[in-house]
Amino acid sequence: MDLRNTWDKWPDANGRFGEFGGRYVAETLMPLILDLEKEYRAAKLDPAFKAQMDDMWAHYVGRPSPLYFAERLTAHFGGAKIYFKRDELNHTGAHKINNCLGQVLLAMRMGKTRIIAETGAGQHGVATATMCARFGLKCVVFMGEMDVERQKPNVFRMRLLGAEIVPVSSGTGTLKDAMNEALRDWVTNVDDTFYCIGTAAGPHPYPEMVRDFQSVIGTEARAQMLEREGRLPDAVMACIGGGSNAIGLFHPFINDEGVRLIGVEAAGHGIETGEHAAALNGGRPGILHGNRTYLLQTDDGQILDAHSISAGLDYPGIGPEHAFLRDTGRAEYLSCTDDEALAAFQLCTRLEGIIPALEPAHAIARLGDVVAGMDKDGLLIMNLCGRGDKDVFSVAKALGVDM
Amino acid sequence: MPTSRITARFDKVKAENRAALVAYLMAGDPDLETSYACMCALRDKGADIIEIGAPFSDPMADGPAIQRAGLRALARHTTLIDVLGLAARFRETDQETPLILMGYANPVHSLGYAAFAEAAHAAGIDGTILVDLPPEEDAELRAEYAKHDISVIRLATPTTHEARMAKVADGASGFIYFVAVTGVTGAGSADPKAIAGNVDMVRRVSGLPVCVGFGVKNGTQAAEMAKIAEGVVVGSAFVEHAQSAHESGDFAAAPRGMGALAGELSVAIASVAKL
Repeated sequence: MDLRNTWDKWPDANGRFGEFGGRYVAETLMPLILDLEKEYRAAKLDPAFKAQMDDMWAHYVGRPSPLYFAERLTAHFGGAKIYFKRDELNHTGAHKINNCLGQVLLAMRMGKTRIIAETGAGQHGVATATMCARFGLKCVVFMGEMDVERQKPNVFRMRLLGAEIVPVSSGTGTLKDAMNEALRDWVTNVDDTFYCIGTAAGPHPYPEMVRDFQSVIGTEARAQMLEREGRLPDAVMACIGGGSNAIGLFHPFINDEGVRLIGVEAAGHGIETGEHAAALNGGRPGILHGNRTYLLQTDDGQILDAHSISAGLDYPGIGPEHAFLRDTGRAEYLSCTDDEALAAFQLCTRLEGIIPALEPAHAIARLGDVVAGMDKDGLLIMNLCGRGDKDVFSVAKALGVDM
Repeated sequence: MPTSRITARFDKVKAENRAALVAYLMAGDPDLETSYACMCALRDKGADIIEIGAPFSDPMADGPAIQRAGLRALARHTTLIDVLGLAARFRETDQETPLILMGYANPVHSLGYAAFAEAAHAAGIDGTILVDLPPEEDAELRAEYAKHDISVIRLATPTTHEARMAKVADGASGFIYFVAVTGVTGAGSADPKAIAGNVDMVRRVSGLPVCVGFGVKNGTQAAEMAKIAEGVVVGSAFVEHAQSAHESGDFAAAPRGMGALAGELSVAIASVAKL
């Protein structure tokens, strides 16, 4: 099949991106996700819904975020021009709020009064709790027991915002278990509850819906680049855990065949060690959390724990659209180890005066290789999807600094 | 013919004017040898159909009891092939008791649908319930099952309205597993009166026997459910005996405890004559 210029036609009616995606959920949830899909289709076409989103984006989230020419990093690497899409300047400090805003407005439209969410590092939990505070909705956040311990400041933030935190001790007590527990809550509370998934994964329509809400990143970046440089970039680049910030940047460029799409996965201690979170580079297709996608798993199909210094990338799967873009060759997926991300974190801080989150530090770490392979007058946009305030403690620890 | 084992069993219990007892256990919990003894005890004490749980690392539809059972089985490295081996061993001496494999899609997907269907047939598995493989996603697996006469047993729930039920029934065989509560396994019990209408609708639309499960723990509850359905499924309450055996180290207590519970449940179910 010739896919050129039809990349934006996915998913199909069955929620599939090629052979990935789908609706792999228990029967109890099927009527709910079918209903959600119907409601989302209606909202997408409703000018009032869009107007409400636009208003909140402009006056509450702080959009559009700037497109910034990273002059000193560009000089440092000596290759193509590097631009940062500054999504770390959003309210709550990351791209997560773009999606939470959309889902919470949709939940209210559907008459739901209770929002549940899973969170790893706490960024999606904080963004969800923020929107629930703003609109006066009940918020319950599921978080692995280990993460509750590691991310105390975000736990406190969520509580300040009025959310109930449920520490999850089942399984291995990490993000995937928090997602399992959120699904268990959802099958139990089917009438009043809306599940606000934090990444572009899960059963259809979540991968499409989250992508659409996050596509504000790429839509703005595309227009900003055209205005700044008078042409499209040669490459766009982002880190990938579940992949919501990356798909949000990629998607508005997806039919621009000349624009390379580059994702960077977390290689943890190195893919060869088995301790990583690189589902595309070190996993194989399987079924988890409602979709068919690349997963870290044993030979027997049991899901493995991911590892990354960045809690936001620490997930054994990846959004199904990325699996599709990889297998079709439309996007490229690189990886970056914990140590490389730590070095990039410091480099960006020193050269640009921007403390990035550890997640985008993974993309920063691969910038040198990517721009070296491009023309000097080439243009690249990297999504700086989160700020690093939340990470200063773990970075200090990794660097052996006693705070 | 495997499907006919399920059909024959429902014909038998119908002739006996009662509902079937469907018993669930987790393979490999506390170990495979004990699971085999448990299956024999369940059958001997009145279980009509046995559901063998295949452990999965992320059982998102299960409550704490079955989650822990799965983790114990995985801690002993119980694989899907081991689960089929357990079924095959039981089949060596029992050609009649239907065996249903219950679990999640990924281990089956990982082995490959064709390879799994062939191996499951060879092991004497009559049907499977894969919780996260709804009708929208099981066409490929069903095509493989058709070659080996394995039943796709589907779930219906209180959220399954009549229009949706037609989709659930299309391609289903053996029986329909009606999940009595919106929730996870082992959670609160349902009021049989509240779900009787749903069960009737499921039976009418599917034309298949309906087995009701989730939250049934004792004889009293089982007898109530037996009034409205062709079968009663009990899971977490059996699995608790494997947990006790694991904790005490006395593995022989698992088949004893499961057998005793099966005895209580089957007597209670038989006490309720079907209309």
